[in-house]
Amino acid sequence: MTISPSITSPERRPFRLVGLLPWLFAAVVVGYAMVVGGYAATVVSFALIYAVFVTGLNLFMGFAAQVSFGQNAFAAIGGYGSAVLTATYGWSPLPAMVFGIAAAVLAAAIVGFPALRLKGHYLAMGTLAIGLITYEITVEWQSVTQGYLGISGIPPFGIGSWEVTSDRGQLVMLSLVVAACAFAAARIRRSRFGRALSAVAGSEEAATALGIDVSRYKLMAFLLSAGFAALAGSLFVHVVGYVSPEVFGLHMVIVTFTMLYVGGIGTVAGPLVGALIVSLLPETFRAFKDYQDLAYGAALILLLIYAPRGLASLFAPRGRS
Amino acid sequence: MSRLKLEGVTRRFGGLVAVDDVSFEVPAEGVTAVIGPNGAGKTTLFNLISGALPPSAGRILFEGQDITGLPAHKVATAGLVRTFQLVKLFEDLSVLDNVKVGCHLQGRAGLFAALLRPASARREEAAVDARARELLDFAGLSAFADEPASGLPYGRQRMLELARATAAGPRLILLDEPAAGLNTEESAALSRIIRRIADDGTSVLLIEHDMTLVMNTADRVVVVDFGRKIAQGTPAEVRADPAVIAAYLGTGKPSPDPAATQEAAHG
Repeated sequence: MTISPSITSPERRPFRLVGLLPWLFAAVVVGYAMVVGGYAATVVSFALIYAVFVTGLNLFMGFAAQVSFGQNAFAAIGGYGSAVLTATYGWSPLPAMVFGIAAAVLAAAIVGFPALRLKGHYLAMGTLAIGLITYEITVEWQSVTQGYLGISGIPPFGIGSWEVTSDRGQLVMLSLVVAACAFAAARIRRSRFGRALSAVAGSEEAATALGIDVSRYKLMAFLLSAGFAALAGSLFVHVVGYVSPEVFGLHMVIVTFTMLYVGGIGTVAGPLVGALIVSLLPETFRAFKDYQDLAYGAALILLLIYAPRGLASLFAPRGRS
Repeated sequence: MSRLKLEGVTRRFGGLVAVDDVSFEVPAEGVTAVIGPNGAGKTTLFNLISGALPPSAGRILFEGQDITGLPAHKVATAGLVRTFQLVKLFEDLSVLDNVKVGCHLQGRAGLFAALLRPASARREEAAVDARARELLDFAGLSAFADEPASGLPYGRQRMLELARATAAGPRLILLDEPAAGLNTEESAALSRIIRRIADDGTSVLLIEHDMTLVMNTADRVVVVDFGRKIAQGTPAEVRADPAVIAAYLGTGKPSPDPAATQEAAHG
């Protein structure tokens, strides 16, 4: 009847091995893309960029159980920050990326301070507005963003004279970034900070009664999430070399929500698994031709019926990740 | 100096006066109970003390410090922690992690400590783990440490909430009907745990309908009715007080039978 707390005890060991499966899956997919290269490498690269974004979204929506339909705004700030500073002003990518992330976090602080007083549906509507406003700005502020034309000639990511230009090099770089993001999420999960976020998710009243400053932790999660989004936006423009308003439009919101729920909201591995599956599924149904979207939709519905807490949750003991 | 002092605390909701000019003190030692019929304003009183609601008038002093109108998390930081009438656990967290959240005020680690895990953060985390396990042991929940909190039977959820509140290291703990929904056996175990918390130096202020628990556990009783304090004293004194009996029975006729008081209180 006694349950040993030690993680090396025999009854816990199977869980730990099973918990590695999502990571193994991701490694196999990335490894395959690395070997094959070409189109597969491009698809997986985009998936990894999305994984960065969704990992951030998960901090706010999964860990702290808040809603935001507007994180694409911060991806846009990060992406356009990098694009404008490198292509127009000739900055090198790393400082441009850092500047873009800082600008996004600052914007998130300005917007989040009032917006996070809202709850539930109202927070969802408020954040949706943030995304739409940012989209309009990227379209209308033509002197900086060049409107619908977009900005091209953005250099690939690199530090100093070292540049990541090849498909495989980009895959390696993105894999490292995603691994670092997942590592950060895992560490946050099992920390005082992460437990405070879970407490906010569980019951704001109880969290408050235990001395947790709920609005402060919500804001912190929002800022972190915005930082990840801006990082993803910046990575995107350096990988593709081009940016236009559509990149960070409403489509991004829908795709990333799908990734978050398919992968497993609130888990550490979920965002990566979701990003890979949702990016690859349409490709695997390419043979269905006209019925590709239909097959994709059906697959998503089946996933949500048989794994309502997401794919990653199938491999994690309940209440853990 | 008393642990908690209420001076003319009043709360109005529109035309309704839910708490009307209530003054009393909670000494540092022992268990103080607030009793009163349903709708007497007990929970509102707790919400005022814990900072969930600001009072319309009056002052609340905690260890001599004015905490009137402070936000709830600051009241908790000052050393005054409450539980809820309806258990509010973090259901997706394990039993152990629930208590660890309770240790929040004992720690300082922030975001950077989470990411970089310096030695200080590791020491803090080890201390939190040890303390949380100790409290689970105290509440008789060690066997469930890794279970999700939502899977516990109701009586144990109550115990977990108590352990979690104790983890915050409060100097005054407010318990809002801790025995609600417990059977006789669980209620007796709860009574022992409350006594032990008080004996360890934490003042206890509780609201309770379960008169057996109040009579067995409380050192002092404050009786409220229609938002006003109508009596105060030891359990025996209060039980014999004509005003209290009248409030519980709803008639002007004082009854000498304490059993009647208990029956009415359950109803």
